[in-house]
Amino acid sequence: MKSFIVVYLAFVGCIFYYLNQDKALQESMDRGSEIYADFCVTCHLEKGEGVEATFPPLAKSDYLMNNRKESIKGVKYGQRGPMTVNGKKYDNTMMPMGLEDEEVADVMNYIMNSWGNSGAKMVTVEEVSNILK
Amino acid sequence: MKNSILTLCFFVVMTNFSCAQNGDNEINTPEESNFTAELMVDGLEIPWGMVFLPDGGLLITEKSGELILFKDGQKTTIDNAPSIYLRGQGGLLDIELHPDYANNGWIYFSHSSEEGEDKGGNTAIMRAKLEGNALTNNELLYKATPNTTKGQHFGSRLEFDNDGYLYFSIGDRGNRDVNPQDITRDGGKIYRIMDDGTVPSDNPFVGQEGAKTAAYTYGNRNPQGMTKHPETGDIWIHEHGPKGGDEINIVKKGNNYGWPVITYGINYSGTPITDITAKEGMEQPLHYWLPSIGPSGMTFVTSDKYPDWKGNLLVGSLAFQYLERLEMEGNKVTYREKLMADIGRVRNVIQGPDGFIYVAVEGKGIYKLVPNAG
Repeated sequence: MKSFIVVYLAFVGCIFYYLNQDKALQESMDRGSEIYADFCVTCHLEKGEGVEATFPPLAKSDYLMNNRKESIKGVKYGQRGPMTVNGKKYDNTMMPMGLEDEEVADVMNYIMNSWGNSGAKMVTVEEVSNILK
Repeated sequence: MKNSILTLCFFVVMTNFSCAQNGDNEINTPEESNFTAELMVDGLEIPWGMVFLPDGGLLITEKSGELILFKDGQKTTIDNAPSIYLRGQGGLLDIELHPDYANNGWIYFSHSSEEGEDKGGNTAIMRAKLEGNALTNNELLYKATPNTTKGQHFGSRLEFDNDGYLYFSIGDRGNRDVNPQDITRDGGKIYRIMDDGTVPSDNPFVGQEGAKTAAYTYGNRNPQGMTKHPETGDIWIHEHGPKGGDEINIVKKGNNYGWPVITYGINYSGTPITDITAKEGMEQPLHYWLPSIGPSGMTFVTSDKYPDWKGNLLVGSLAFQYLERLEMEGNKVTYREKLMADIGRVRNVIQGPDGFIYVAVEGKGIYKLVPNAG
């Protein structure tokens, strides 16, 4: 009986933790979607499709999903020089947007969980703060 | 069966014919170019504004905040440039000389600024003098309020008219339902001030309670092109539409250009902003672009260097990465042509005092357009 209670409490605790995580992620994504509409949509477009040869796609982007640290760095400090996204080459400049660390985390959570992207661990403010130029 | 195939072929051919007609919203690409684009200044990121000094030096504003003097093939960073609010589309933006620069040395700047108590920033206009490699006598002439952390639509093009008034644009600052149609709020407007920043007493909203008296027109979205018509002396602007509906307008005292009540554009998401494109009391554009070209920078060609282009309007395209040439009959666009196809995001275009056209391209630099011999 005692062990049952321990297992039960652990189980409830886990569910609670995950549900909370989900809620935190959803709230971060909601804030991120506003940042996206404000700073990103004019180039990367509404569904993250980008513009071929000019602005790389975010939707189903291998670069974004496989280069987490570089992607956060790009949003935080700007991105320049050649890169390959989904087999296509891009060589353009994205100037730094002047976003705060929390805004970088929110917009990263939004783009990594939209338009067919999913499964990434939630980006936290601490993670963004720890990424330096 | 045979007949129906013939009918189908006929239909396809006729469709092609109807597509080949040159409406004013179709663009033409010339088969051969009659000029060469020579890269004169390289290594620039977002060269937002540029102006030639009487001694042949070229002052260039980088959106990142750097002010550069290009002279005798050398780039020099000028100190004491205005401090900017680095956020979204904000930065060090346009630059213009006083019409009597030779005697008074005033240089005018627009930039995003954090001046004021509230968080965020808004568009500011300032002037300064160039002494050695630094700006001096910096004077803030206008600062839009309130500050906001929104990243879009600072406007910021500058132009003097023949009477010495300074015009500048401030975009809607991402608050389209509040700013553009309210004359008591900054943003979504063209402004007119004296060269020292004072408001002319005959500005249209002077005397109206709470009005932003420096405002000269309203209902604008985000004008990033402004130039003086060589014959009429009128100030012409173009402004970014949302998705579709970039416009060319002529600035007239007190006019309402309708944003966001009327527009030829739609939201980026594809949903409508409004179901009307015209309304009494609101101006129709002289020309509009569908789809949006993302216009930035604008000049009339007046020099004798390009005889075929005399009187034409040149406009940069950010979205489609070319320079657009528009032939005009009076106030009507009669022909559009794509120059410098796929050159990169064209941020600005001016005609220099030497009569040549200079084109600023993001990530590249400044090109001089040299007509081919013969």
